[in-house]
Amino acid sequence: MTQFLQQIINGLSLGSIYALIALGYTMVYGILKLINFAHGEVFMVGAYTGFYAAGALGVAGFEARNQGFPLYLAILVLLLAMAAAALLGMTIEFLAYRPVRSAPRLTPLITAIGVSLFLQNAGMLLFSPNPQRYPAILSEVRFELFGVIVTNIKLTIFAVALCLMLGLHLFVQKTWTGRAMRALSFNIDAAKLMGIDTNRVIRSTFAIGSGLAAAGGILFGLDQITINPLMGVMTGLKAFVAAVLGGIGSIPGAVVGGLLIGLAEQLTAGYLSPEYRDAITFVILILILLLKPEGLLGIVRVEKV
Amino acid sequence: MRAVIRTAVAASVLLVIYGLQVGVEAGFTEYVQRIILLAGINVILAVGLNLINGTTGQFSIGHAGFMAVGAYGAAFVGVKLSAPVHDALGPGALANAVIFNLALLAGALFAGLSGLIVGMPSLRLRGDYLAVVTLGFGEIIRILFNNASFLGSATGYFGDDPSGLPAYTNFFWVFAWTTVIVVLIHNLTFSQTGRSLTAIREDEIAAEAMATPTTRLKVTAFAISAATAGIAGGLFAHMQAGVRPEDFRFERSIDMVVMIIVGGLGSISGAILGGIFVAVSLELMRDLQQYRLVLYALLLIVIMIVRPEGLLGTRELHHRFWRKKPAKAAGPTESA
Repeated sequence: MTQFLQQIINGLSLGSIYALIALGYTMVYGILKLINFAHGEVFMVGAYTGFYAAGALGVAGFEARNQGFPLYLAILVLLLAMAAAALLGMTIEFLAYRPVRSAPRLTPLITAIGVSLFLQNAGMLLFSPNPQRYPAILSEVRFELFGVIVTNIKLTIFAVALCLMLGLHLFVQKTWTGRAMRALSFNIDAAKLMGIDTNRVIRSTFAIGSGLAAAGGILFGLDQITINPLMGVMTGLKAFVAAVLGGIGSIPGAVVGGLLIGLAEQLTAGYLSPEYRDAITFVILILILLLKPEGLLGIVRVEKV
Repeated sequence: MRAVIRTAVAASVLLVIYGLQVGVEAGFTEYVQRIILLAGINVILAVGLNLINGTTGQFSIGHAGFMAVGAYGAAFVGVKLSAPVHDALGPGALANAVIFNLALLAGALFAGLSGLIVGMPSLRLRGDYLAVVTLGFGEIIRILFNNASFLGSATGYFGDDPSGLPAYTNFFWVFAWTTVIVVLIHNLTFSQTGRSLTAIREDEIAAEAMATPTTRLKVTAFAISAATAGIAGGLFAHMQAGVRPEDFRFERSIDMVVMIIVGGLGSISGAILGGIFVAVSLELMRDLQQYRLVLYALLLIVIMIVRPEGLLGTRELHHRFWRKKPAKAAGPTESA
């Protein structure tokens, strides 16, 4: 029982990271009907920006003096990484996706695969292919709750992810840009006719999605301790599956899907075999696409001729 | 009469390939020969993948998985057949040729069957989902081989002999198989079935309205494509001492996608050029290993933005030479 609870805790914290990344997939897909394969790499760049920002802010010094990294600096690291990733997301959109936006669907898909590969390999050249230990921008405190070990890191992951998701929800529901995003995902041509600057809204969608992915990247670094330039491949795919599971285009769906994928992965690793933790995600993807292709919380779309 | 002519043509083609082999083995270093063999294998991969990605318009980015099934299948069957066939035919070239070709066919059969199993559920999905599912299956296949202890798990399968798998693959077999597969795929593409596949690419709903059995045709094309990747895998396996799961990572699928995109999605001659291009450029960039994928990625993006139809589009080189009207000049399109 304790072991089960432990797996649940680990699964939920991993799942909230997936959920943060899945939001970016779902928002972009909702508007452009594009699987942004490069999103996993934006997540990776976010993690590395956090890594270098923490280094520049002297995290090594604090560790050497056995002091905790101050909270305001940790938040600064998070914001810097989110800003850098947002910039990267907007650049990718402008340079690679905008020129092919009106092309047949395969063209943007291949472009997205190209961007993803480019960033992976550019990352290996820039950041070195070796895994890096993530700086302790949050010193770990362990405590026991009903026999289950909980760390402040896991709690922070929940808290940060929850705050960001609530923030996104309010943004999408209450602000002008949020309403424009919903309009675009409903019908992009009609939105254009209503005088919405679609380029601007798409740009902000990429910026927000990328920022959330960067936050996910930092939390992932804290949780998993090491990062490497290929970390975005599997994590990105899992987050994409989470978005599909929840119903692509649906923001609450991405959150539910992320948590479920995190749980499924931890339970598989704990009770079956760690070898199959990556395979279970694809099994889920195939099952959901066959049984309920619109996802758990998605809307059924009728194919029109 | 036609049958006689065809047999004569086939026999003379094989003779020419054999003559070329003698020339190549005498005239080139081992290193260059290896590149030539890889180019042939790439052509098989590219022409096979083009059938599903180009002609049918169903984008697979997981074909490395089927190549792996073919490689492991051919290697395993080859090792198991070795003793009985040698008992029956004695040692020598004939027995080796029988073993090798049976092994390749077995590899193709396994790969084709796994293509059928993967294709049946996933080809009901629309383009971009299909891409992700094939990627997922490709990874699952690799993870399975990574954990299959009777096939050597992560170290790879090297047969029962300590010196590894026998090096059956040579110029003759690679190019005999390349010729057979190119001709088969060419005939399929320009047959009535091939037209139906093109119709699926151009507008799946319209094709369905014309009573084209779209799902059945897509699954068939996918299985054929997987089987050709299996042949390529078998040839690849017997070029080196063993088969390792590492050889069939996602990068291998990307190499295949680059081959068909550079040449032009939907063009067989384009796929042939693309396969040769990738084999040669991989070798030229050997010293720049870490830049290779950066350049490939940039190449993909630039081609998509500047010339999404690739070098040749859906045109065929030999149609130009013989002044035949191309089947359709427009690049692959898909309905919204």
